[in-house]
Amino acid sequence: MKHVFRMVLKRILASVVTILTVSVIIFIGVELLPGDVAETVLGQSATPETVKAFRKELKLDLPPHVRYFTWLRNFVQGDFGNSLANGRSVAGLIGWRFANTIFLAGTAAAIAVPLAVILGILAALYRNSLFDNAISTTTLSFISFPEFFIAYILIAVFSVQFNVFPSLASISPRMGLWEKLYTILLPALTLTCIVTAHMMRQTRAAIINVLASAYIEMADLKGIRRLRIIILHALPNALSPVINVIALNLAYLVVGVVIVEVVFVYPGLGQLLVDSVSKRDLPVVQASGLIFAATYVTLNLLADVLSMLSNPRLRQTH
Amino acid sequence: MDKLLEIKDLYIEAWSEERWQTIVNGISLELNRGEVLGLIGESGAGKSTIGLAAMGYTRQGCRLTSGSIKLDGRELFGASQKYLRSIRGTRIAYVAQSAAASFNPSHRVIRQYTEAPVLKGLMSQKEAEQKAVEIYHRLFLPNPEKIGYRYPHELSGGQLQRAMVAMAMSCQPDVIVFDEPTTALDVTTQIEVLAAIKEITETMNKAALYITHDLAVVAQVAHRIMVLRYGDMVELGETREMLKNPKEQYTRDLLSVRTLREEKAETEKEKIILEVKDVEATYTGREKVLQDINVTVRRGRTVALVGESGSGKSTLAKVITGLLPAIKGTITFLGKELHPELRKRDKENLRKMQMIYQMPDTALNPRHRVRTVIGRPLKFYFGMKGQEAEDRIKELLDKIELTPEKYIDRLTTELSGGEKQRICIARALAAEPELIICDEVTSALDQLVAEGILALLQDLQNELHVSYLFITHDLATVKAISDKIVIMLEGRIVEQGGKQEILAPPHHEYTDKLLASVPEMDPDWLDSLLAERASSFI
Repeated sequence: MKHVFRMVLKRILASVVTILTVSVIIFIGVELLPGDVAETVLGQSATPETVKAFRKELKLDLPPHVRYFTWLRNFVQGDFGNSLANGRSVAGLIGWRFANTIFLAGTAAAIAVPLAVILGILAALYRNSLFDNAISTTTLSFISFPEFFIAYILIAVFSVQFNVFPSLASISPRMGLWEKLYTILLPALTLTCIVTAHMMRQTRAAIINVLASAYIEMADLKGIRRLRIIILHALPNALSPVINVIALNLAYLVVGVVIVEVVFVYPGLGQLLVDSVSKRDLPVVQASGLIFAATYVTLNLLADVLSMLSNPRLRQTH
Repeated sequence: MDKLLEIKDLYIEAWSEERWQTIVNGISLELNRGEVLGLIGESGAGKSTIGLAAMGYTRQGCRLTSGSIKLDGRELFGASQKYLRSIRGTRIAYVAQSAAASFNPSHRVIRQYTEAPVLKGLMSQKEAEQKAVEIYHRLFLPNPEKIGYRYPHELSGGQLQRAMVAMAMSCQPDVIVFDEPTTALDVTTQIEVLAAIKEITETMNKAALYITHDLAVVAQVAHRIMVLRYGDMVELGETREMLKNPKEQYTRDLLSVRTLREEKAETEKEKIILEVKDVEATYTGREKVLQDINVTVRRGRTVALVGESGSGKSTLAKVITGLLPAIKGTITFLGKELHPELRKRDKENLRKMQMIYQMPDTALNPRHRVRTVIGRPLKFYFGMKGQEAEDRIKELLDKIELTPEKYIDRLTTELSGGEKQRICIARALAAEPELIICDEVTSALDQLVAEGILALLQDLQNELHVSYLFITHDLATVKAISDKIVIMLEGRIVEQGGKQEILAPPHHEYTDKLLASVPEMDPDWLDSLLAERASSFI
């Protein structure tokens, strides 16, 4: 167990460096974009004088590195700053939207992960059969389409044609859990279609890889049923690659929902990020970007810890 | 007689080279209760395939074509998967060659023992665990109450192999198939497992098929022996009778004891070409894996480095070649001290010290042709090209007794194990070395092929006066070719000297144990050895 803790500690330190680097890259990226928040907000009434005055008020006239370190100092102290565009606190803007994003991603994951693992197990069990080919073809077709395409197909079928699910996933805090789930079902299904193929293929490949081992033949020669062999003998030894792919896809669910949120007009973090980038609203972009980066890093760390724990060799201390 | 297993006219085919080829050719055998039948042959003889077929099982890419396999009167050929599952583990059980690979690394050893009996409703989990401890006890596993609750990686190879024998016993089957159960083990560990197998088959009155390539081993446990070659039966007979009067030439070849080579006494006349002095080495920086190593190799002589796995003999080879830099001591080669690190040695030193590995399969690039493999060192060390290189490659192929025209354009994957090892030897010779380090070069090969390789190395030494440092755990090899023997244990040299001196008593205590553990072609050898050891403990 000791080396697991040491690994986690090392990785957390490395994550801090990663996240700092990400913040610098986001800052430079926004700087490089033409125009700034003053011009965008003022719009039609942007005379050189008003723009200059507005920039001074937002402290945009200071050199970039000064602004970056001011932001960093405040951020470290827990002050995420205020939106440049409307002056509201970044924490207030992001908080509930992030919760919404996590809700959508979580729902999609709750459908996709068990579905992918079960399909992967079945595909390995009936390897090279019609069933195996059918799920491989179906899931791979879904992954090959762009997300918005799948989203519009689902809308066309379930909202327009049959009118069973809403095409706008506008949830509000007043809704109950079931109503919320009903409202976001289409975006959640879209996301499921996108991430299932990858996880299912990896589960299938990892299990088939293990099936060639001598201990699987041994289990066969002990007269154990095929399904039990796959679930009890093969899967535990195939977990490590499966966990890693699941973590990558979960991270993608949180980070990559932008397009789906836009299509379904879902009030999540992705929507906010897109709006803020077009307004050059740096504090909001920074905070959202860092939340995404932290999600990625945390999920990957979690995957490494779990795959270490799944291996008795690494789990034990001597 | 209680006939448990009866195989008649069994034909099995395997898919290779784009067609079905017969690998078991009309084999018939019978096995009675309380009897052990030894199946012996070299790789490709079809013995494992027959062993698995006795359980109604074929590996991927194989199929049963015709014949009959009856277990206790019921036909297994063409039986339903459901029926086969119901007899596997309960009526007939399997002990695999490598226990380390055949135990599932994710589950505790005892859980793998209890799985079959509990699943088949023979006993409860608790009863099964008690039974397991009982059998672990009988098979002399250390700490039998607790050892099962460990994971496979926490047991040694010999312990795992015994735990696997125990696992095969979990449902009290009538027949056990032992597939090379001691091949992967050191000689000293092999004895423990053989004793365990004898205990099971004799006192519990089980029938067994014992598959091996080692006649001396099978002689200890089998009542009858069947010799197989290329899927055909060569000879079948009572163990004692067969050892005394083998009928077929092939059996006689397998039986023939390797000819000893006369030891060439070390004289001062032969120059010392390699001197290892006070060498120490470590992998981790803390524990030393080698200590106080002093070895010399003279020109045209063979030094055998002997020890069990983990004794540090391969590590010493790494230190000498510079792959693992020594932390203390010196290595002097051809009168000059070598830099501990490989990268800092000059090309001339690299050329004069060559290596041949245990696994010719992995030591040769599967995409290269023989010409490229042997041509590379010629180009690298001597800058040979074109016709000059071509002639030299052919000369080298002649030396290793492979017809140049036939072999020069072959891919390395188109060669047999013995041919591959010969190509590795030619590659080493191409550099015109003074010293060749041979790391277990014959242990992956069949007995007769291995003897061919040893004879070749011997001829080459007589002709070229090259020196060998021969790393091996096989004492028969040592007896066959060495001039000097160095015995290693736990990273130290326990004894070294001329071959006659080491092999003749009195021995160092460890040397004695090592020598006594090599099975002899005598059916009573194991019994008398165990009796002797038992009495010396009291």
